[in-house]
Amino acid sequence: MRLEPVANPGWGRTLGFPLAALGVTVLIGSVLAMVAGADPFATLGLILRGAAGSRFALLETLNRATPLIFTGLAVAVAFRARLWNIGAEAQLYAGAIMTVLLGTGALAWPSAALWPAMAGAAMLAGALTLLGPAALKVRFGVDEVVTTLLFNFVMLLFVSYLIEGPLKDPRAMGWPQSPRLIPDARLPRIVDGLRLHWGFALALIAAVAVWIVQTRTTLGYAMRAVGQNRQAAEFAGIPVGRVILWTALISGGLAALAGFSEVAGLRGSLTRDLSPGFGYTGIIVAMLALLHPLGVVATAIFVAGVFVGADSMSRAAGVPTYIADIMLATALLTMVLALALTRYRVRWR
Amino acid sequence: MQAPEVVLRLRGVTKRFGALLANDAIDLTVHRGEAVALLGENGAGKTTLMNILFGHYVADAGSVEVTGRPLPPGNPRAAIAAGVGMVHQHFTLADNLTVLDNIVLGTRPLWWPFAGRAAARARIVDLSRRFGLQVVPEHRVGTLSVGERQRVEILKALYRDARILILDEPTAVLTPQEADALFATLRTMLAEGLSVVFISHKLHEVKAIADRVVVLRHGKVAGAVAAAETDSRRLAALMVGADLRPVEVRASPPGPVRVALRSVTTPARGTAPGLHGVDLELRGGQITGLAGVSGNGQSALAGLLAGLERPTGGTLHLEGDSGARWTPRAAMRAGIARIPEDRHRTGTIADFTLTENAILEGFDRPPFARLGWLDWRAARAHAARLIAQYDVRCPGPETPIRLLSGGNMQKLILGRALEAAPGVILANQPVRGLDVGAIAFVHGRLLAARDRGAAILLISEDLDEVMTLSDVIHVIYEGRLSPPFARGSMTAADLGVWMSGAGFAHAA
Repeated sequence: MRLEPVANPGWGRTLGFPLAALGVTVLIGSVLAMVAGADPFATLGLILRGAAGSRFALLETLNRATPLIFTGLAVAVAFRARLWNIGAEAQLYAGAIMTVLLGTGALAWPSAALWPAMAGAAMLAGALTLLGPAALKVRFGVDEVVTTLLFNFVMLLFVSYLIEGPLKDPRAMGWPQSPRLIPDARLPRIVDGLRLHWGFALALIAAVAVWIVQTRTTLGYAMRAVGQNRQAAEFAGIPVGRVILWTALISGGLAALAGFSEVAGLRGSLTRDLSPGFGYTGIIVAMLALLHPLGVVATAIFVAGVFVGADSMSRAAGVPTYIADIMLATALLTMVLALALTRYRVRWR
Repeated sequence: MQAPEVVLRLRGVTKRFGALLANDAIDLTVHRGEAVALLGENGAGKTTLMNILFGHYVADAGSVEVTGRPLPPGNPRAAIAAGVGMVHQHFTLADNLTVLDNIVLGTRPLWWPFAGRAAARARIVDLSRRFGLQVVPEHRVGTLSVGERQRVEILKALYRDARILILDEPTAVLTPQEADALFATLRTMLAEGLSVVFISHKLHEVKAIADRVVVLRHGKVAGAVAAAETDSRRLAALMVGADLRPVEVRASPPGPVRVALRSVTTPARGTAPGLHGVDLELRGGQITGLAGVSGNGQSALAGLLAGLERPTGGTLHLEGDSGARWTPRAAMRAGIARIPEDRHRTGTIADFTLTENAILEGFDRPPFARLGWLDWRAARAHAARLIAQYDVRCPGPETPIRLLSGGNMQKLILGRALEAAPGVILANQPVRGLDVGAIAFVHGRLLAARDRGAAILLISEDLDEVMTLSDVIHVIYEGRLSPPFARGSMTAADLGVWMSGAGFAHAA
């Protein structure tokens, strides 16, 4: 078996294979539903309805997509420059910690000043969280996959320490959680009565901003050049190390905004279960979007929809929510394969 | 007289890569004891044809017969079993194994590693004596020179009872003397009744070894002639499809020294040697040629001038201001234009468009950028200008550069480098892999730059190119530089002696 590059993949190839991947994902989801003893068509219908079947469902999906847009952008920016940031989870928590530190009364400012201060501090903390691993990579060639990944666990333990110790809310009846944000620090809801908050709008702005930076600025150009061909970038005089450090700052800052938006917009306090793996799911979101910042918005909504839909389906049909994880994993694997197949033809011999 | 037996017959071999027709209904026959040269420009389809013969590629149409029996397509093992041996341009040896192990590797079952080792060794020694291929079976391949490795490759084929030996550009990595030794070996093989297919684009070599010359052009057989009845001029015309005039290079008066190296030393990088106490002056209005077998420190010298390497000893003197730290950027600021050795990996970014590649060296400065914002309009205009002035054939400035041919890619790099009328030009293998038309274009532009007063360092593995263009030639050997030789003061053979290391004072 060998792969031959396809010089000019036609529309059939570029659309057919990704659609087939989606089909395979649905098929595997159906089989799993059947194994769980439910009617596969009804199950898929329930997932769809749970994700987008009503105003409430749709807003819930967008709500869940918000942190995924941020972490997806963080991963997309980093991966574009070949900085393998697996630590969006840690950067998210770094942002959440700063949000809680400033938002629980330490700054008695009006909202208009408090929000930017919290967001800025969160970004700074996230940026610095990734700066360490990036500096080790640039200076000593330490593999950032390992350092950023391991830092996730360090950060989670640090959060545990904070909410069991110095940041523990005395009024939480022994629950390990931080004090709640003051009302002025909370992000208001876009639609009254529904849970969608302004963090979603901020995520959209961030996506457009990243897109502009990547296509219109010298830094974005340098980041793409370093990612595509480091050797050529170095030869052309691009300061590769410095570009990687800037990339780390931007990526870490974006991931931290997920923590800010979740705490200030949704939860109101810091707990250990603030993120059910948003940092890791961000990798799936970014990969499915082919690292395109605007694509990240679309794939984040898709991924969030699968989660929200599966949650609702599981309540109605009694099928475990694991089906969502499996479907996303399948979607990622088949999509990666499909994208390879649009560019390469398989020859058996 | 009875015609000798046909050992190899290709009929109507056709291979298509996407839109490119690499081989178009090619017929080729090789007789017993015959040397056939396969001549053609880069991209003419020589290597593709040999890869089909050897089973690396499967032809879309056509057949291959060895001694009358058809060869199953796409099966290198069958090709070996039928007596076809191939010496690739890039060797396929395991560095960490001995010569003996490399040669016998794959000929015996793996689960019985010591079977017949002594016999194998005796056979190798016998073969090497018979064909004048000196090797020591116990030496590790990693310690061998390029010429020795090639001998191991040939022995590998002979050990597998090859009756037809295919050599893909075998002299590209050899000194003239090593090439002569190779030719002597090939003649012995021919006398013993083996057949040789010799791929080359060097006309004089073809004349030296081949009985018959088959010329390929654009994937078709452009002509087949007896070597004795033709001359280089006619072969060149067949190769490019037009009469070719040899390049005339007028002598040029030397200008001021623009770059001077004083006993410069740089560290070795992996197996590539660094520089050892190199003294070198590059003068305006001159092309300084660097001859040498590849891997003797050319990349260290190129890296130094490109700003990638910093001297660990000695000094580098420049006309312009280079700033405190020697970097690629400092080199560019000092007025050094760089044409890198590897246009795919160092010179361009494959998935970037022509526009993006055109501004690669100046993207963050006016006119392409202001306050960190890119001016794509200026960038596109620049790219369009380079495309027009340097005759880059492409669908447009928004095309990804990976879709361009090597020649057009190189023209863009050349334009990017020469556009600012630099005082110093580093041209590292500027025409490697290009067709004759593109070579003439690149050489013409370099000579024009010289005539307007630029100092040029030309690094090339092609001795003919160095001797034709250079006003002064240095030979590099294991990181040391020979004294300068003026144009015409040395023959190719004289330079070859230096290239093999004789003449260099061996300081410890």
